[in-house]
Amino acid sequence: MSFLLEGLIKAIHLLLDMDPETYSAVWTTLQVSSGSMAASLLAGIPLGFFLGYHDFRGKRQVRIVVDTLLALPTVFVGLLVYAFLSRQGPLGSMGLLFTVPGIAIGQTILALPIVVALTATAVEGLDRQLQFTLVSLGADRLQLLTGTLWEARFAILAAALTAYGRVMTEVGISMMVGGNIKWHTRTITTAIALETGKGQFGMGIALGLILLAIAFAVNLSVSFLRKRA
Amino acid sequence: MRALQMKRILLWAMAIGLVWAVVTSVSSAADSLTMATTTSTDNTGLLDELMPEFTKDTGIDIKWTATGTGKALKLGENCDVDVLMVHAPPAEKKFVDAGFGVNRREIMYNDFVLIGPPGDPAGISGKTVAEAMMQFEKKKAVFVSRGDNSGTNKKEIGLWKAAGLEVPDRAEWYVQTGQGMLSTIRIAAERDGYTLTDRGTYIKYSADHKGNPPLKVLVEGDAVLLNQYSVIVVNPDRCKNVKADLAEKFVEWITGDRAQQQIAEFRLLGQELFHPNAK
Repeated sequence: MSFLLEGLIKAIHLLLDMDPETYSAVWTTLQVSSGSMAASLLAGIPLGFFLGYHDFRGKRQVRIVVDTLLALPTVFVGLLVYAFLSRQGPLGSMGLLFTVPGIAIGQTILALPIVVALTATAVEGLDRQLQFTLVSLGADRLQLLTGTLWEARFAILAAALTAYGRVMTEVGISMMVGGNIKWHTRTITTAIALETGKGQFGMGIALGLILLAIAFAVNLSVSFLRKRA
Repeated sequence: MRALQMKRILLWAMAIGLVWAVVTSVSSAADSLTMATTTSTDNTGLLDELMPEFTKDTGIDIKWTATGTGKALKLGENCDVDVLMVHAPPAEKKFVDAGFGVNRREIMYNDFVLIGPPGDPAGISGKTVAEAMMQFEKKKAVFVSRGDNSGTNKKEIGLWKAAGLEVPDRAEWYVQTGQGMLSTIRIAAERDGYTLTDRGTYIKYSADHKGNPPLKVLVEGDAVLLNQYSVIVVNPDRCKNVKADLAEKFVEWITGDRAQQQIAEFRLLGQELFHPNAK
């Protein structure tokens, strides 16, 4: 039990002393999660809108597939991405294995179904009257898209935060694709796994608290942005 | 109105930060050597000590990923790393014979030890390794295995077989953790069980417990317990991407006098964890 308090004290020390190893892991975590969030939002919001707004044959089936992908195990995604990025794999020549962009690709696959599914649900939940109003006001397709998404913005923000939480905290992809390489691909979560494996429980707790602090800062910023000015 | 301005600034800051993070992540692909190694060399802190010296001496940046020997060899076979530092000589020889690796050089050794609770319920203290393995089986004493195809796990499987026993895969007293060496020792300690470990990791474990660990060395010094570490260059004829020239430089460096001396000087609790023996 004593390592819990030790961890709290250590977390404060690591942050205040500007411990280079900790900051390297924090920076890597931010890089990876920013990259994967940017990619999954850019691709996922339009896809989610399409899935939620349009009625087409097989929509229910697509929905079931997307919802199933919400349960993607991270180690499994890690293995899949490894198979593609390995030198023996189809994308091996790109040299992405054991790199930050490599991890970001894996995490994008993890986040994309969350963004698509929750955006689609948000768009479906809107009053159909809104779309009629937009069209009758002479909105073109792009304006219809942006207008609808604007009305659903808070639900989409919640989708983004959910995806962000999953991406920030996963360890399977970062470990398998990134390799937990010190100064390069060591994220906070792989560092926690390493420290725990080494029996340095206090250090593991400290890093966990730092991760939570980052999540708190992100949520605080988002909550500030949500507030009506 | 102030709040609106703040919001704008915050939004811009977030957008710029995002772009910066993405751009720097893509542009950080510098030329460097990648090594796959075992948990024992990394967890003990040896590599943290040694690798900066290599970079200082040669100007080559080295990145390493620490896994079990089984996965390290697989990464080599798949051309994903340039060089390996592993400890399972039979598997290594197979790896080289299959044409996956070249220039295998022994660099250092320590020994495996059987550790267990000081009370020694299975009564293995002072026995030979084969006798000890038979005692575990007979007394159904809790034995904690890595169970992860690592170098240590391969050695342990060899010890059961050498004692003329089946590997007790499904026995209830046989615990397979699938985790690294230090985690496995810790689980053995929680279960009051026995385990096989390399001495380097055991010394590190003792140091973590301020020299008074709950598990003690009970069997040691048997010739079969030798633990040899080697480096292997991934075969550049098979894997075009392998930085063979850098890897050869690394092999030359680590088998050289300066690195060998640094390995000998790496100590915890005043004990040498790895003994250099490059030829």
